[in-house]
Order: sequence, then C-alpha cells, then structure tokens
Amino acid sequence: MAQSRKTEHRTEGTNRARLCIGFALLLAALLGFVFWNIVAGSTHLSIREVFDGLVNPQSSQRAIVMNVRMVRILPAILLGGALALSGFLLQTFFNNPIAGPFILGISSGAKLVLSVTMIGFLSRGIALNSVMMITASFVGAMLAMGFVLAISAKVKRMSMLIICGVMIGYICSAITEFVIRFADDSNIVKLHDWAQGSFAAIKWENVAVIAAVVLPALVLTFLLSKPIGAYQLGETYAQNMGVNIRAFRAALILLSGVLSACVTAFAGPISFVGVAVPHLMRRLFKTAKPIVMIPACFLGGAVFCLACDLIARTAFAPNELSISSVTAVFGAPIVILVMLRRQKEGGR
Amino acid sequence: MNDTYFISAEHMTVGYDGKPLIENIEIGVRRGEILTLIGPNGSGKSTILKSVIKQLRLLAGTVVLDEQDMAGLKERDVAKKLAIVMTDCIRPELMTCWDVAATGRYPYTGRLGILSEEDKRIVDAAMATVRAQDFQDADFSRISDGQRQRILLARAIAQQPEVIVLDEPTSFLDVRHKLELLDILKRMVREQNVAVIVSLHELDLAEKISDRVVCVAHNRIDRCDTPEAVFSGDYIKQLYGIERGTFHAAFGSLEMARVEGEPKVFVIGGGGSGIPVYRFLQRANVPFAAGVIQQNDVEYPVANALAAELVSVPAFAVIDDEAIERAKQQIDLCKAVVTTVEIGETNRANEQLIAYALDKRMDTESLFDAVREGRL
Repeated sequence: MAQSRKTEHRTEGTNRARLCIGFALLLAALLGFVFWNIVAGSTHLSIREVFDGLVNPQSSQRAIVMNVRMVRILPAILLGGALALSGFLLQTFFNNPIAGPFILGISSGAKLVLSVTMIGFLSRGIALNSVMMITASFVGAMLAMGFVLAISAKVKRMSMLIICGVMIGYICSAITEFVIRFADDSNIVKLHDWAQGSFAAIKWENVAVIAAVVLPALVLTFLLSKPIGAYQLGETYAQNMGVNIRAFRAALILLSGVLSACVTAFAGPISFVGVAVPHLMRRLFKTAKPIVMIPACFLGGAVFCLACDLIARTAFAPNELSISSVTAVFGAPIVILVMLRRQKEGGR
Repeated sequence: MNDTYFISAEHMTVGYDGKPLIENIEIGVRRGEILTLIGPNGSGKSTILKSVIKQLRLLAGTVVLDEQDMAGLKERDVAKKLAIVMTDCIRPELMTCWDVAATGRYPYTGRLGILSEEDKRIVDAAMATVRAQDFQDADFSRISDGQRQRILLARAIAQQPEVIVLDEPTSFLDVRHKLELLDILKRMVREQNVAVIVSLHELDLAEKISDRVVCVAHNRIDRCDTPEAVFSGDYIKQLYGIERGTFHAAFGSLEMARVEGEPKVFVIGGGGSGIPVYRFLQRANVPFAAGVIQQNDVEYPVANALAAELVSVPAFAVIDDEAIERAKQQIDLCKAVVTTVEIGETNRANEQLIAYALDKRMDTESLFDAVREGRL
C-alpha cells in the first residue's frame, strides 16, 4: 500500500512537470509567432517600431502594426483555437481520432449556406453583418452535422463515417462553386478568396464579434471538461457516472457547431487543424484529459494557425497562399500518421 | 436486513426499438443480497440489466431505487447509489488503469472533476481490493481482458455504491480471479450491505454466491427462486435445453453425454476411484457398465451420467445378491473388467464380482493401452 502511494505520487509529479513544460512551450511559441507575424511582411519592421506601434497611437507605424498585422493575428489566434477545439469536441463525440469539422464536411456545409445567403443578400444590395454571417454559417454547419449524425447512426465503422463526411464536403463545395459562378462579377473575387480560406478579409469590427463568440464557447467547453472526460469511457459508463447523455450530446454538437461556424464565417473553410492539433497536443502532454486538452488545443490551434498564416503571407510574397493549402501540407500527414497508428494497434 | 427491496423492477417490459422482448418483469433485491440472472445465451439477461440501469428505455413499468422511481431521479443521484460493470468494450486513449478506476469518483467531485486527497485514497483502496496495484500505472488499453475486468470492478467500488449491477463479470477471468471477484462481491455484500445484481454463465458459481436466482429463458422470467430450489432435479437441464450430457445440480458440474451401446468394459468402482476410468472411456467413445455402488457414493453422479449401464443400490444400503446378479449379467456382456475400488466393510459383496470376472480382469493401465490400441 505504502509502495503504491509512492509510485502514484511519482507519476503525478512527472505529469505536473510535463504540464508546466508543455504550457510554457505553447505560450512561448504563441508569443514568438505573434511577434514574428507583426515583424514580417512587405514592410519589415524593427523591434522598436513594433513596440512603438503597439503602445503609441501617434506612432508612424501604428497603421501597419494595428490595421494590417494585428487585425490578422488576433483572428488567427481565436479562430485557430476555435478550430482545434471544435475538432477535439467532435473526436470526443464520435469517439474517433480523425473526426474534425473539415473532414466531416461541417465546414463545407457552413460555407455553402453562407455563400448562398451572401449572394442572395448582395444581389439585393445588402451586405451581411458579422452576426448574420455567423448565423448563416451555423445553420449550414448544423445541416451538415445532421447528415453526419444520420449516417453515424447507421454505420459504426469509423472509416465509413469519415468517407461519408468527405463526400458531404465535396458535394457542398461543388454546389458552392456553382453558386459563386452565378454571382455578380463584383462579388466573385471576394467570395472566391474567402471560399479558399483566408484571414485577409477580416476587419476590426469582425474581431470583436469573433471574440464574443469564441471566448464564451471556450469557457463553456472548459466547464464541460468533467462530462467530456466521463464520455471518453463510452456512453454507458458516462451515464452511470451521472452524465445526462442527451443534454451532454446536444451541448457537444452545439458548441462544436458554433466554433466551426464562426471560423467558416470569417476565414472560410480551413483544413486539418481540427484533427492535427488535438493529436499533437495528446502527444505533447501524454494525456487525453479534457481539463488539460481543452486549453492545450486552443493554444495549440492558435500557434498552428499563426505559423501557417505566416507561411501563407510570406512564403511567396507578394502573392498570398490560401491558409487551407498551408494547413493541409502540415495537417494531412499527421492525419495519415494517426490512421496508421490506429491500424497498427488493431483499432476499429 | 430490511424487508423492502432496495432496487426492484415493477411490471417492467424490456426490449429494443419499441418491440417488447420480455414483458411484465418483477424482480428485486434487498441490501445485503445477491440476485443472479442465469439462462441461455440470447435469453435477454443483458437486456434486463441494461433496462434496470436506465441504459435502455423501459417499454412499460418502473424501476424503483431506494423507494424512488428511477425515471424521476437525477443522473447524479442515481450514480451515487448505483455502479455498473458492463461488457461494453471500452478503449479510452491514454488513460492509466488508475485513471479509469478514478472515474468512479465522478459523482462526488466538483465542477471540474478534480480529485481530492480523500478521493485518491478511496481509489487506492479500491485498487488494493481488486489487487491491481501492480499494473495501476499501465495504459488501460494495453492490459488483458481479465485485468480490465478487475479495473472496472475497482471503478465500481470507488463509486461507493449501494447497488452494483454486473453483466457477466467473470467471463474473461481465470479460475483464481473468478473466485477473487466473487469473494469481493460477497465481502461488499456482507460488510457494506451492498445489493448486487449479476448475470452469470457459471452455474456452479451462481449456486454458490446467490441469495436468489432469476432464470431467464424463452423470452420470459421462467422462475425466480432460491438457489436450493433452482439447482435441484432436472430444472437446469430444462432451462438450458440440454439434450446431450447432464448437469449435476449439487456439484454444479457438467458431464458429457454417455456413450450408448452394449457395454464393453465393466468397472468395479467406488469412492471416487472409478471417475478417471469413466471419463477416459467416455472420451474414447467406449460404452461401459459400472457397479455395484451405493447411491451416496461420491462417484455416483459421474457414473450415473456416463455409464451405459449402472448397477447401484440405494444410499447407505447393503449391496444385496440381487444387485450382484445384475452386475454379473453385465459382466457376461463385457470383454474386460477393471477394479479400481478398495474393498471395505460396506462394499464387501463386490469381492464376488472380482472373483466372478477372473478371466476378464485387467489392471487400469493395460485397459487404457488396450483401448488406445483399439483392441477392445
């Protein structure tokens, strides 16, 4: 007995050290990429200019620092975190490590409904505001989620679910392309950029709305970490632990839907972040405990998107890549790795 | 012990997708009691258990837990009273065995589920109870099925329930751990006055631990009675529809079907000495006769189940001439006679058989050789 207490405390000690180091690394990476993102670009800024631009409203570089760089960095942080979190929630819900908003077609569903709504309103000369964009996108996300849920009730194999999700994604993307072809010329360029995924078009007033949606969703998700942990043991045991399964499942669906809808509304569909980041975080922290994973996924998603956006902006400057093509280059191999590992372990 | 059931099903109808499987179930268990469900595969034992723990929606009736309708209770309140060990295959990622057992503390922890020192002590104690300290830091998805079963039991113990519902908890366990698991259940029942509902395939174990036995078969509760009543006579054979072979109620032992036909070997056994020979001949598919033994002899159930012809006399009766005559007739049909028994006061008459069969006598080893070489 005394022996077991000792070993228990020892593993707890190493876990705590891992936690501290992990979060310190993530925070350092976040700060590092924020700084790099401010500095790098068509106008290279010095450290002094950056600092001056941040704190002094009269600074000559204020416009670049705030209205070119920061307005893009903050949404990359918030939406990157939101994507990773949404992926983590979907993985919990489907008990499937490669579930994510993009792979399951949820992002594409949001994109479809949002572009139809946008074109509809624009043709009448009305521009959508942030709240309307999120709402339309949320409706699309829920519709796609509805299809995925209906399919998941029929098929139990995880690979089938993913294939169906990818198909839903293709159908939605195809219809979106079709719809955009019919839009007025003036709308096409903007819509086309957005439909590929980009942080470029986001304005300061959008940032406030994004924060108002994503941050409360983050807090709510964190407060759900206890039932999420219970749900990792399967529905039967979760219920026996006192989780109200119906309410909990509804909460997971709504939260992951809101998060991915918010991302799609402002940055378009961004691929693979939702799968890759939670996986990397599980490797980094060697745990799947939601109380660690939720903040870790958020920070990790933020770092991942900042890094990818930096590459998208600067790699082939002055031409910009779509953010999705960069996240895919880094994210897709990770998804393949996850699948190979599951195969090796004789998973489903 | 109180008189009312701690958990009971009243007029419960269970089934899937709105289609009733078993109707009007009335079962219950008091604190300090073990209620065991037995019955053939697919008879609906698991369905009943899943319905009792609220995992399946009831098609009719109620489940009453501690005098309250469970449908109206909050999940968290149910969780503090009822723990489960089910057959679901769970493979949580990156969780140690200790972590899994610690999930039993869920209903007692706060909003974020952080374990207090007290919670940790309770989990440690539960791990010690199931003797799982040696592998408590191992990854739960990398241990054996039997070990997993013990961790799930530790989880249920850590939940400090008043009722435990277990679905075939002994399935993956070896003999030692089967006994240990049932011993732990017995102790919890005795010391903590817990109520237990369990489904078992091992009839011998069911007979040994149950206070009441529910027999489920043919889509109904066939019988609900004490183990003494259930495990007597031919009831179990009927319940499971055993056609080839027998089940001996008192010992809970199964025997293969006897080899029918004209006996080729006569075994003069008794006191358990003949059992290895009976089993050998059964395996070798050689019909045999045996006798003369009293019906209180330990090997009587085996001989009775396996011998094509058995000459026996009632319990504690003296072996009389009539029995000896019948045995001699059987010996006349046989090619070989083996004696495994020591002659003592009450089976003295068998000496007559040994003398009678002089030219057919063989020792056990040469009989085995003869059978193996097909000389019989």
